[in-house]
Amino acid sequence: MNRFALADCTTIDAALSQLKDGAVVKAGGVDLLDRMKDGIEEPQRLVNIRNVAELRGIRETLQGLTVGPLTTLAEISEHPGIRAHYQILSDACGHAATPHIRNMATVGGNLLQRVQCWYYRSANFQCLRKGKDFCFAFEGLNQYHAIMEYTGCPSVAPSSAAVALLGLGASVELTSAKRGKRTVGIRELYVVPDANPTKFTVIEPDELLTAIVIPRPAPGTRSAYQKYGEKESFDWAIADAGVVLEMDGPICRRAVITMGAASPVVRRSPQAEAALAGKPVTEETARAAGRVSVEGAQPLSMNAYKLDLFPVAVYRTVLLAAGLRGRDPSAAG
Amino acid sequence: MPGSAFPPPSPDSPPETPRSGITRRGFLKGAGITAASTALLEGVQTLRADAESEATPGVTEFGPGADSVRLHVNGAEHVLDIEPRTTLADALRLHLGLTGSKIVCDRGVCSGCTVWLDKIPVNSCMTLAIDAIGHHITTIEGLSSESEPHPVQAAFVRHDAMQCGYCTPGMVMSCAALLERNPHPTEHDIRHAVSGNLCRCGTYPKVFAATLDAAGSRRA
Repeated sequence: MNRFALADCTTIDAALSQLKDGAVVKAGGVDLLDRMKDGIEEPQRLVNIRNVAELRGIRETLQGLTVGPLTTLAEISEHPGIRAHYQILSDACGHAATPHIRNMATVGGNLLQRVQCWYYRSANFQCLRKGKDFCFAFEGLNQYHAIMEYTGCPSVAPSSAAVALLGLGASVELTSAKRGKRTVGIRELYVVPDANPTKFTVIEPDELLTAIVIPRPAPGTRSAYQKYGEKESFDWAIADAGVVLEMDGPICRRAVITMGAASPVVRRSPQAEAALAGKPVTEETARAAGRVSVEGAQPLSMNAYKLDLFPVAVYRTVLLAAGLRGRDPSAAG
Repeated sequence: MPGSAFPPPSPDSPPETPRSGITRRGFLKGAGITAASTALLEGVQTLRADAESEATPGVTEFGPGADSVRLHVNGAEHVLDIEPRTTLADALRLHLGLTGSKIVCDRGVCSGCTVWLDKIPVNSCMTLAIDAIGHHITTIEGLSSESEPHPVQAAFVRHDAMQCGYCTPGMVMSCAALLERNPHPTEHDIRHAVSGNLCRCGTYPKVFAATLDAAGSRRA
């Protein structure tokens, strides 16, 4: 790891005042230290927001939930109110990485972690996402890469929290000392690599993620998240699915189906959602939703297996959300 | 936002170490001292009031060179000269000689470096030492005395729950942390608690049995 100076901040205003001259924000530091140890980033100055108390904690409001970005994944996954009413979020945060990482890693950091493509993560490969003009994944090893919505860079969305938060219709609050606050939806938080391969999120260098705002689910909402991986622990998903069902008795009034590890930016599947809306949730409709979730997919040379995996992930997670099936024993964690 | 854990300083946390790094370093450098005793630093900290007036409120500067910081490790205070980039694992092993915590992957994958911050198990390899200021750090060395091993350690011996031993300190810290918050875990709870601890010898079944034994629980 390179040498760096560190400005340890205790308030949001103090942290905002330090966001200049290429300084990089550090919260839990898990993904940032990873990138620095691998030599793909060498910031000269870190702004440590880990001790900013006002950025921590979970607040239940009449409108829903406000989650401080420094809240750890463990705190979210164990929070009784989140377990009761936002199960998709406790599932997603409780199945990321390892128990110890979940004690350290913040939900804001989970949202803002960089892609896990091994070419991007290696200092030996100067790729598109590092400002060069070549992607190694198309001709190289691409079994963990995207099956849809890519052209230039097929790396996949790595954040499991994002799969849940997109499903819940959450947004993030971004704060700048000069321009004040703005609110951005979870999907809009991310920059698709085709638009700008080196800019991963819309957050400007002088901005801080200061809150995650989750609307209160409609009455009768049930939700779930499941992650499929090669290993039960630590690893990122090879497919994960988030399901939010607004139920009216046995009929699904509205469904939101989200997918991680399918595309460069976390996505909703309008086809899968349409397969459930206005219908009862059954084995058949759940299978139909899974089947159409990969419509239009274009797998790379080594990841066609995801065309089978995603339909199963979506189908089983729909049934889990509806309470028609328990957690899939073959899902991770 | 209500301030909750990160992990939270425990109610009996040591008083927060003043973070006037630059000034103290300047003083120490000027005085030609590299490793000062705690007693001397107590005196140095009286200079802190002067330093704060120059600094931005709410911001404490560290590095890029070494600063003197205080860490509370295994019940004792230690003063270390460390750079901001020093991980807690390196501070413990290289600066304090506490080599029980193992650095294996150095990426948070294997949990061989598990220590407690205020009884919450974390990967010391992915924690900057500076972020451990103000927290109680417990390493495998501080879990017990040599004359009286921790119940989990004793159970590991009884069940022969180690082979090459490299993962053992992390395993013990994870299992002992579990018993702190859940004195009667099921085997499922133990599997979950050590799901980040890699043992490439594959001695997991004995780890589960030892931890159940230490908790006085029977295998389900």
